[in-house]
Amino acid sequence: MAEQPITPPLSEDPTVRLEELRGEAERAIEAAARAEDLEEARVRYLGRKAELTAVLRSIGQLPADRRGPVGKAANAVRVALEARLSERSSALEAAALEARLGGDRIDVTLPGDPPRPTGHLHLVTQTRREIEDVFVGLGFSVVEGPEVELDYYNFTALNMPPAHPARTLHDTFYLSDEIVLRTHTSPMQVRAMEAQAPPIYIVVPGRVYRRDSDATHTPMFHQIEGLAVDEDITLADLQGVLLEFARAVFGPEREIRLRSGYFPFTEPSVEVDVSCFACAGTGALADGRRDPLCKGSGWIEILGAGMVDPNVFGFVEERGYDPERVQGFAFGLGIDRIAMLKYGVPDLRLMFEGDVRFLEQFGAGA
Amino acid sequence: MRVPVSWLRTYCDPALSTAEIAEQLAASGTEAERIERLGVGSTDAFVVGKVIAVERHPNADRLSVCEVEDGSGAPRTIVCGAPNVAAGQTVAVARPGAVMPGGQELGEATLRGVSSSGMILAEDEVGIGEDHEGIMVLDDALKAGEPLAAHLPIVDDVLDLEVEPNRPDCLAVYGVARELHAATGAPLADDPTASDASPSGSDRAEDHASLEIVHPEICLRFTARVFEDVRVGPSPHWLKARLTAAGQRPISNVVDITNYLMLATGQPLHAFDLDAVRGRRIVVRRAQEGEGMTTLDGVERSLDPEMALVCDAEGPSGIAGVMGGQVSEVSDSTSRVLMEAATWVGPNILGSSTRLGLRSEASARFEKQLHPDEALAAQRLASKLMVELCGARMVPGTLDAYPRPASPRTVRLRLERLRSLLGAEIPDDEVRGVLERLGFGVSVDGSSAQDLEVTVPSFRDADVRREVDLIEEVARVHGLARLPTTLPARRRAVGRLTGAQRLRRRAEDALRDRGLTEIVAYSFTAPETIARLRLTGDGLLALTNPLSESQRVMRPLLLPGLLDAASRNAAHGRAAVALFESAHVYGARPPDGTANGSPAAERHHLGALATDSLGGSWRSDPAPADFYAMRGLLEGVMQAAGLDWRAEPVDAGDRPFLHPGRAASIVAGERTIGWLGEIHPLVTREWEVGPCAGFELDVEALAEVAAGTSKTYRTVSTFPAVLQDIAVVVPEDVSAARVEEAVRAGAGVTLRSTELFDVYRGEQLGEGSKSLAMRLEFRAPDRTLTDEDVAALRERIESQLEEVGGRLRA
Ligand SMILES: [Zn+2]
Repeated sequence: MAEQPITPPLSEDPTVRLEELRGEAERAIEAAARAEDLEEARVRYLGRKAELTAVLRSIGQLPADRRGPVGKAANAVRVALEARLSERSSALEAAALEARLGGDRIDVTLPGDPPRPTGHLHLVTQTRREIEDVFVGLGFSVVEGPEVELDYYNFTALNMPPAHPARTLHDTFYLSDEIVLRTHTSPMQVRAMEAQAPPIYIVVPGRVYRRDSDATHTPMFHQIEGLAVDEDITLADLQGVLLEFARAVFGPEREIRLRSGYFPFTEPSVEVDVSCFACAGTGALADGRRDPLCKGSGWIEILGAGMVDPNVFGFVEERGYDPERVQGFAFGLGIDRIAMLKYGVPDLRLMFEGDVRFLEQFGAGA
Repeated sequence: MRVPVSWLRTYCDPALSTAEIAEQLAASGTEAERIERLGVGSTDAFVVGKVIAVERHPNADRLSVCEVEDGSGAPRTIVCGAPNVAAGQTVAVARPGAVMPGGQELGEATLRGVSSSGMILAEDEVGIGEDHEGIMVLDDALKAGEPLAAHLPIVDDVLDLEVEPNRPDCLAVYGVARELHAATGAPLADDPTASDASPSGSDRAEDHASLEIVHPEICLRFTARVFEDVRVGPSPHWLKARLTAAGQRPISNVVDITNYLMLATGQPLHAFDLDAVRGRRIVVRRAQEGEGMTTLDGVERSLDPEMALVCDAEGPSGIAGVMGGQVSEVSDSTSRVLMEAATWVGPNILGSSTRLGLRSEASARFEKQLHPDEALAAQRLASKLMVELCGARMVPGTLDAYPRPASPRTVRLRLERLRSLLGAEIPDDEVRGVLERLGFGVSVDGSSAQDLEVTVPSFRDADVRREVDLIEEVARVHGLARLPTTLPARRRAVGRLTGAQRLRRRAEDALRDRGLTEIVAYSFTAPETIARLRLTGDGLLALTNPLSESQRVMRPLLLPGLLDAASRNAAHGRAAVALFESAHVYGARPPDGTANGSPAAERHHLGALATDSLGGSWRSDPAPADFYAMRGLLEGVMQAAGLDWRAEPVDAGDRPFLHPGRAASIVAGERTIGWLGEIHPLVTREWEVGPCAGFELDVEALAEVAAGTSKTYRTVSTFPAVLQDIAVVVPEDVSAARVEEAVRAGAGVTLRSTELFDVYRGEQLGEGSKSLAMRLEFRAPDRTLTDEDVAALRERIESQLEEVGGRLRA
């Protein structure tokens, strides 16, 4: 665009011309498509040689009464044009950036950097911790004990006479005549009572061992024992504690039911069922089929329990456990069994094979 | 215990379905594993019939064409193959449309040109027995057309009960009926053993046989009765049906009576052919060393002196309480029977049957300890049946050796104690009612209306000995469903994890957060596995009775389980895995014992193993699973534990499963608490895995060291830190730890931290030297450090480095 010759200031009213100039300049600024165009417009309308500049410069030559209005008008035009220029300049810059970014394309379908990959706690550990935390919340402490155990704690002090069938070489692993791999977590009942006077509220998680091997039995598995002894613990309290446990682990809708059972170290003894979480206790699935999990009964057996047998207290009587003065409950449940029920694991052996395709299925664990 | 419900209902018949009966029994402790339905599909179309006429089939020698009146009006024609069918018989008829036990429906059939409209039934066709030789011939008093089900149990439910080991009384149909009576209140029929048979004749049992108990410690009571003119033959249909439904094969009336008594009352009996009892003499004694005998099942058994025998004048005729012998077995030609009912010592029978590997229905009952009163009770009902079913004459008198007669036990029950143990208000009347329905005698103790004097019936003598046993009886029968739900008062009890338990969780979480996956491996391993780790096997704990050789010893470290898992994962295509385990390891108990009272040395370890490589993606290379990768993971664990530690070179031979040049001991609090390193190539080769590295840490020791440290506040300096990078040139054999030690010794307390960020080897340094680049942070608590201060520190550092043969690089 050729530079226009500079027109001398009009002798007549210069404000008219100023308005013309403003219109021209605004159109030129709007039309500028590139930064160079915009700079050209700036030079033409606001540069040293621009008409507006000349007007501003010549104000002194005007009659005194005209100087004020013309000067004011000319300045207003300048300010307005400068604002327009800067506005347009920002717009052009933004457009140019957009254009550049638009050309910078990546393959968004490539995988991202792996987050610091989190591993996995074993399903048994997840379940054990969950159960521990429930009982800690109910006022129980967690204690652990040896897996290589004396016959005395595993059997004798639990009111299991020398001829008890569980003591045979067929069912129990022996290391010597007196030493076994514990067959349950119950030996910690007497060990814990030896170590601590009543009241006592404990749970005992750990590995236990029996000579069994098939889809639902492995020679090693996990249990949690519970023991609460005080002056006034009742069978009704046992029911309350186990109801809290069942609801915490299997859902707030659950109910439990106690059935009479038999264990040598509790009297009365009970077996405890939880209402089935797969069919909400109805025994039937949504499509009307019989629920295979609870075999249509609406109930699932989860643990054995009972009031501590006075004979067991007899072994720790001198530690403050006089059966006429204290009473309490005990229970034992299978951690692996709870995990299998909750997660639908069909075969216990999967737990102990270390196959990451299995271990990775249950999240990181808390 | 299989309980036919039709039989059960003859003793106690609440207005409940079979399923409801099972529910009632389960609630009070006797659970039905399953309910089995036996017999025909529906009782419709099974009726009593009269055979009017029988003619030979025109086209088949072995078939008869029978005209049978079955109450439907016109007689029907039935083609029958049984040899014993005859005109005038009263028989069981299935009309066309009848649904047979297998579920198939009977139709009209044409047999060799004669059309047959129904079937005359043999025992096995309706599940009553096994006899298929001929049709059943019924009592002529029955009328044609009457429903067959009214006279024969052609349909029945069987409860397969799981009886608790302390309840031998429930291994009996009458005992189960008593439980049902107690639970429901429905009337209980009189005890079937209450009345006795009438003997006849002027002789006495003692005239026919003699009896001696040589070792009274193995036999609490031995009773015998003598029967003459016994007609051995098949049992009546009702008896066969009950035995069959209960799972016992009918044999002959005499043998069936003994089995029936065992099923009805729980007391096993044994019938001898008295003429085959040598010397007509019964001797009860222990077996002699080296003695043997052949049991009823034809197996030759060797005996030991703990076993009780029933002998005759010449030798053993049965293993007491377990199984009889062949010597004096009842046969078709038997006419004189000696009926034995004895009481053995439970644990002795359990031991014998375990050592013999021979459990029988009888031993399963005797081992739970029966009461001597039961023996004589069983004799009474057996005698009645011998007279009734075998036409026998009962010889007056009973041979009864009962060295130490038992007297009934009484137990005091405090009602207050009952309520406080159960946490339930059960009315006094209900307590009394429950106990009485169960057969206990109840009277109020003279001193207090709150105390009951309870007499224990003989059939509960073995398991009800104490007050608490009575409380259990009341709780289970009154109904556990009616128990309130409360929570303990928990005075002075606060639940929390110990510091050590929380530390272990943090350590496990640290590994989980760094990408490791936890495994749970078996605690036992093979002795050979220990050898593959190049360990000696000293101090291992071994099982006396492992399930297999691969599980013979208790593992002394976690590594083999981790290697097994890595190997298994590699085999299915996951060569790169990072695993950990948190579990016990085991060793022989040290002479000074262990703190936790374990008879062995047992410690909780945390072990980790990574194979192949860690991390990596399409834009970064994976890091090799080497010493430094594992050291980084271990540092994560140690930071989680908040512990300072150091790695020290391992003595050669201490950890032979590790690469000797790439292995370290983990030292914290001046205790060696584990190892860290690359696994020896000879070991990885054994497991067929690639290069891998691991560590193993005694977390109990870790917790012990952590418990001894404490953190206290140190002033946060407001003066700025000065950062200085230095490069230290040292001979190859000087460790980074030694260099850092020298730097710290030179710099003193103003050196707040060091960070090693590069290791360089190159020509400029020359062979045998390396350069360690470190960033040092200096800070004084009380002033800003000047350039002069730092220069002085550098000088002191340099002179310390000279001591270890190092210098600062310009
Ligand atoms: Zn269900």
